[in-house]
Order: sequence, then C-alpha cells, then structure tokens
Amino acid sequence: MKRREFMKSAAVFVSGAAVSVSALELLDPREVLAKNPDLRWGFLVDTHKCVGCGMCVKACKIENDVPLEANVTRTWVERYVMTKQGEVFKDSPDGAQHGYTTKRIDQNHSGMKDVADEDITQAFFVPKLCNHCELAACVQVCPVGATYSTADGVVLVDRKWCIGCGYCIMGCPYGVRFFHPVVHTADKCTLCYHRISKGGNTACAQACPFGARKLANLRDPNDPVAKIILTQRVGVLRPEYGTKPQCYYIGLNEEVR
Amino acid sequence: MKKHVWRPLFVVIALVVGILLFRAFYVPADFGIQERGYTFGYHRLGNEQEWKNFPEKYKGSAYCADCHEENSASLVKSGHGVIPCEDCHGAAFNHPESPEKLTIDRSRDLCMRCHVQLTMPSSQRNDLPGIDPQEHNVGMECADCHNPHNPSLEDM
Repeated sequence: MKRREFMKSAAVFVSGAAVSVSALELLDPREVLAKNPDLRWGFLVDTHKCVGCGMCVKACKIENDVPLEANVTRTWVERYVMTKQGEVFKDSPDGAQHGYTTKRIDQNHSGMKDVADEDITQAFFVPKLCNHCELAACVQVCPVGATYSTADGVVLVDRKWCIGCGYCIMGCPYGVRFFHPVVHTADKCTLCYHRISKGGNTACAQACPFGARKLANLRDPNDPVAKIILTQRVGVLRPEYGTKPQCYYIGLNEEVR
Repeated sequence: MKKHVWRPLFVVIALVVGILLFRAFYVPADFGIQERGYTFGYHRLGNEQEWKNFPEKYKGSAYCADCHEENSASLVKSGHGVIPCEDCHGAAFNHPESPEKLTIDRSRDLCMRCHVQLTMPSSQRNDLPGIDPQEHNVGMECADCHNPHNPSLEDM
C-alpha cells in the first residue's frame, strides 16, 4: 500500500467511524416542537403553614409502596431551630413520618439537643421532595437512559431499565434519590404521576391538612397556585446549582439548604 | 489486502454486526430520544404509561363523603374540618370491597403529631392548641375525652 493510498483510506475510515450510530438517529423537528405547551407541573410549599405533622410523609410512603420502616423516603420534613446565640439546629427524625412530638432536636451522634424556649428566635418546618428540575442533574448522569424528564416536566425512573449504578443518587444536589430496598433500583418522587395525570392531586398534598403543599400547572395562567408562583415572592432550593428546580417555597431563608 | 489484515477485520465486522443485531432485538422500539431531547428525554416511552398505571391508594375525602355523608358533614363543621379523612382512617385502597373495614388510628401518637406544644415562632404550629405530653393526662387516650370529629371540649 502506498503512503498516499493509506492516508486516503485512513481519512475515509476515521470520518466514517466518527459518525456514531446514535448520531444517525436524526431528531425529528416536529417531535421537538411537539412539547406539550399547555402543561408543566410545578409544586409550591408554604413553610409558614407546615406544622410538622408528617402526614404527607406517611401518605407518600403508603401511596408509593416505600416501606414505612425503611430509612428512605421520597419526601420528608425538616425542622429548623435558630437561637439567640446564632446557632442553627435542624433535624428530621425518620423523615418526620411520625411527626414532631418532642422539643428535643435529634443531633445524631451527639444525641438529643434541648433548646430553651426563651433562646429560640426562629423555628419552622420545611417539607422537601424532588424539585423536578428543568435541567435535572440526575437525568444527565444516567448512563443507560433509565431516568428521564417527561414532556410535562416530571422526572421519572424506568425500573425495568435502571441498572442500579447509583450515579443519579450521587448526582442529585438535593439528596432526594435513594436505592429502593424492595425494587432494587434508584427511586424518587414521581410527583404521584399516576394521580396527577388522571386529574388528581399528589398524595402528600392531599394528606396535608393545612395546604402547605400544592401542585401547580405552571403553564396555566388561571391556575391559582401557578399565579402565586408567578406573582409572589417565592424561592427555590440551591439555585446556584443551575438545575432550575420547579418546586417553589414561600418563607425560605438562607439557613435552609 | 493480505490475509493477516482480513482475518481480524472479519472478527471486528462480526462483532459489530452481532452487537447491532442484539441491540435491535433487545432495545424496544419506543426507546430513544423523546420530547425533552437527547440530554433529558432519552428513554423508553412506554415507561411513562407504566407509571400512569400505578395503583392509587388514597382516594380523597370526597370519595369518603359519597357514602359517609353524616360523618363527613359533622367533621367539616368542627375545628378538625381541614383534616382529610384518610389521615386518621387510613388509606381507602379499594374500600368498601377490599379492605371491607378500615383501621382507624385512635392513638395518642397520632394526635401528638399536631398537638404537642412546641415553640415554633415562625410556623403555624405555634397557633395550634398544644399540650405537654408528660403532664397532660398521661396514659389516657385523647379520644376518651375529645371527640376527634368535634374536638372542642366546650361543645361536648
């Protein structure tokens, strides 16, 4: 083989090999434009209204077959207690599935912390769940296409496709993912996709007596919850990660992470 | 080209064809790039329907009120009117067929979820009537004195 010939065939081979198989699956522009423009699920949490009863956590676990006794949960409630001395204490015993029934704050290894009533400046509860991010970090790291965003903005896990590598559990900045002890795949809040896609409410929002959790269709200008998100002062958790979380909070402050 | 070039090339070609064949059979037709594009929407479309078919357990208070009108009406009038039936009575599942009877949680622990007095100045918890569980009628069930459907002692 002459040098010229070799160079020619090498160039042809390299350029051919560069076009990988997946790149040959061309995007259909109609498919891209067919994004459902009328529906984008969002969530609103009012931390002023939450009393820490934990009924949302219990309802979520029962609704979604997450074992009550397992130390994993799709949603949980955190308690924050700030003192005059500038200390911040937080806890979430068992994800608050039994509620908060004591003033003592669970500090894990250092035991239970007693904070005197007169020392407390701020104290409140913050319910947490999957933020169903617009640019979800957990979805991008999945090596097999098992976790994905639906057109209406819900992040789901395909249990048949998940290989249980745990990248998404590490990738989520909010720690909302866990390894399901029964199904043995990654698991997370589905925003009760089975309920909301039939016109229902999420189990957690339905179980909340005080309306601290609310489901919203962010694309519907007449949705009262979407109106609050659009017109009131709401925050999101860890905006610095750039994941564009779609779970909005009323009454956040900087101690909440 | 000579034999020593073709032979390994055949092996490579066979491997590629084998992998492509395996992929064609193993990967379902609906797996691929969906609406959210390659980065966020690369998945098996059928899985969305699988999640939609997941069974519902909590049916909502309106479902209860269809049959238990009286209980539902009395609860709504009371201070506990905001509490969904299933928070205390348990998820309906397929009641009345299965289970035929729901197990009501009448425990002190359930009431304590809201009614232990905690100092929570930035939360609605502060506005709820609260007790100290170590002081308030220790060992008794709340329901012995308070009617859960009409908890105010003045109305009793």
